[in-house]
Amino acid sequence: MQSSEVVASEQVSTFSKSITDVALKRQAILNFGFRTMTWFAMLSVIGILLAILLALGIGAWPAIHTFGIRFFSTSEWNPVTQEFGAVVPIVGTLITSVIAMVIAVPVSFGIAIFLTELSPSILKRPLGTAIELLAAIPSIIYGMWGLFVFAPFFAKNIQPWMNENMGPFFHGPPMGIGVLTAGLILAIMIIPFIAAVMRDVFEVVPPMLKESAYGLGATTWEVLWNIVIPETKTGVIGGIMLGLGRALGETMAVTFVIGNAHHLSRSLTMPGNTISSSLANEFTEAVGELYTSSLIELGLILFLITFVVLAISRLLLLRLRKKEGLQS
Amino acid sequence: MNAGFKHYYRRSTNAFALTLSLFAMVFGLFWLGWILYTLFIHAIPALKSTVFVQNTPPPGEKGGLLNAIVGSLMMSGIATCIGTPIGVLAGTYLAEIAPNHYLSKITRFINGILLSAPSVVIGFFVYALVVAKSGHFSGWAGVIALTIILIPVVVNSTESMLRLVPQTIREAAFALGAPEWKVITLVAYRAARSGILTGVLLAVARISGETAPLLFTALNNQFFNSDLAKPMANLPVVIFQFAMSPYDDWQDLAWAGAFLITLSVLAFNVVARILIRNKNARH
Repeated sequence: MQSSEVVASEQVSTFSKSITDVALKRQAILNFGFRTMTWFAMLSVIGILLAILLALGIGAWPAIHTFGIRFFSTSEWNPVTQEFGAVVPIVGTLITSVIAMVIAVPVSFGIAIFLTELSPSILKRPLGTAIELLAAIPSIIYGMWGLFVFAPFFAKNIQPWMNENMGPFFHGPPMGIGVLTAGLILAIMIIPFIAAVMRDVFEVVPPMLKESAYGLGATTWEVLWNIVIPETKTGVIGGIMLGLGRALGETMAVTFVIGNAHHLSRSLTMPGNTISSSLANEFTEAVGELYTSSLIELGLILFLITFVVLAISRLLLLRLRKKEGLQS
Repeated sequence: MNAGFKHYYRRSTNAFALTLSLFAMVFGLFWLGWILYTLFIHAIPALKSTVFVQNTPPPGEKGGLLNAIVGSLMMSGIATCIGTPIGVLAGTYLAEIAPNHYLSKITRFINGILLSAPSVVIGFFVYALVVAKSGHFSGWAGVIALTIILIPVVVNSTESMLRLVPQTIREAAFALGAPEWKVITLVAYRAARSGILTGVLLAVARISGETAPLLFTALNNQFFNSDLAKPMANLPVVIFQFAMSPYDDWQDLAWAGAFLITLSVLAFNVVARILIRNKNARH
C-alpha cells in the first residue's frame, strides 16, 4: 500500500513536471517570438534610413555622373539646355536659415528665460502650452498665412520704408514675397522648437547651484548668464541645431512665400529659391531623366546637410544628458 | 559711490534683460494669435455645410472638400494602423529588451534624426520606391510616406514612456513567474498605456498636416476615390493647390481646409496633453 502511494506520487510529479516542461517551452517560444518581432521593428528604423540614402543615391546617379562637382559651382538651372547647378537653391537655403536663426535664437532664449525664471507659476503651464501649440501648427498654415496676410502687410507697410532707409541689401519692388519673408516665417516656425528645448535644459540645472549664486547676491540675469548658461551650454547649442535642422528642411511655408526664382540677387527682398521649395515646385512637372535626377540630387544634398546638423544636435544633447546622469 | 554705481548698473542690466525676455514671450504669442485670428476670419465665412458633402470643384465653380477629407482620413488612418505597432515594438526593443545593445544605440540615434528629417525628402524616397516603379501616383504611396513619418515619433515616445515605468513593477511580475513577453505586454504596456497613446496622438497630429510628402506620392484627385491604388485627394495638397490658384472659390475652400486641419491638429495636441496630465496627477 505504501509503495503504491509512492508510485502514485511519483507519477503525479512526473506528470506535473512534463506539464511545466511543456508550458515553459511554450513560453520560451512566445518569448522568442516577441523578441524577434521587436528586433525586426527596430531594424526597420535603421532600414528606413539606409533605404532613403540608397534610393536617393540611385535616383541622383545620372545627375552626379553628368555634372560631377560642377553641380556645386554653377548657378545655371535650365531644363531646356539640360544644364543644372545647385548653387542658387543651396545659397537660398543657407540664407533663409541664417535669417531665421538670427531672429529665432535670441527670441527663443528670451522665451525660455521667461518660462523658467520670470513667469508666475500659474502662467507657466498655459504659456508653455501656447508656445508648444505654435510648434504643432502644420507648416502649410504658416505658408498660407504668409502668402495671404503677412506678405501683403509687409509689402504695404514695411518694404517702402526699407527701400528708402536700409540700403541695397533690402532694396526691391514691394511684392512682399522673397527671401527675407521666407526667413521671417521660418523664424516664427522654429522659435517654439528652440524655446522648448532651451526651457527643458534650463530646468535641469540643479536649484542648489542657482540658489548658491542668489545667496551671494547675484541678480537673476547674473545667475542666468554665469551659472545656467555655462551649465547648459551643450544643451542650448543642441536646441539651436535642432531648430536649424528644421529650418533647412522646411518646405511648404517657404514654397508659398519665396517666389521661386532661379537666380541669385543681391537684395534679400527679391524672390529666390531654396532646395526644398524647388523640389516642391518643380518635381511633379519635371520632364526627362536628367531634370528629375538633378532634383533628386538636390534632395540628397538637403538630406545630408540636415543629417549632419541634426547629428550634431543629438550628440550635444546626449552629452548634456550624460553629464546630468553623472551628477545625480 | 562707485559701489553704488555698480549696484545700479547690475540692477538695470537685470531689469533690461528680463524686460527683453518678456518682450520675447509677447513676440512669440503675438504670432500664434495673429495666425489663429486670420484663420478664423477667413475660414468662418468659407465653412458651409457644402464643404462636407460636395467634392472639390473644377475652377470657377462652387464645391466642397468631401473627397479630400475622406482621402486624408483614409491615408492617415491606415498609416497609423501600420506605423503604430512597428513603432511601439521598436520602442519596446529600445526600452525593455536591449537598452544598452549597440544596435539600440544606433537605432536611437537614427530615430532622433528621422524625427526631424525634412519630410520632403521622405516624399522623394517613396516616389523613387513606389511611384516611379509603378508608374503612377497612388494612395498607397501616400500611406507609406505618412507611415515613415509616423514611426519615429511613436518609437521615441514609447521608449521614454516605458522607461518611466518603475523597475519594481516588472520585478514583481517576474517573481510571480511571468515570462518576459507577459511582463512587457500585460504589465509594462499597461502601466505606460496613456503615455504611449499620447505619443500616437501626437504622431497622428504630425502626419495630418504633412503636405510635402503627399505632393509626390498621393498627389491629388479631383473626384471622389476610395481606391488606394489610384491618386487620392487629401486636404494638405488640396489646400496647397487651391491656395496658390487665382480663383476666389478655391481660395475660400483652401481656408476652410486649413481651418479643419489646424482644428484637428490642435485638438489632438490638447487631448494628448490632458492624457499626460491625468496620468501625472494620479501618481
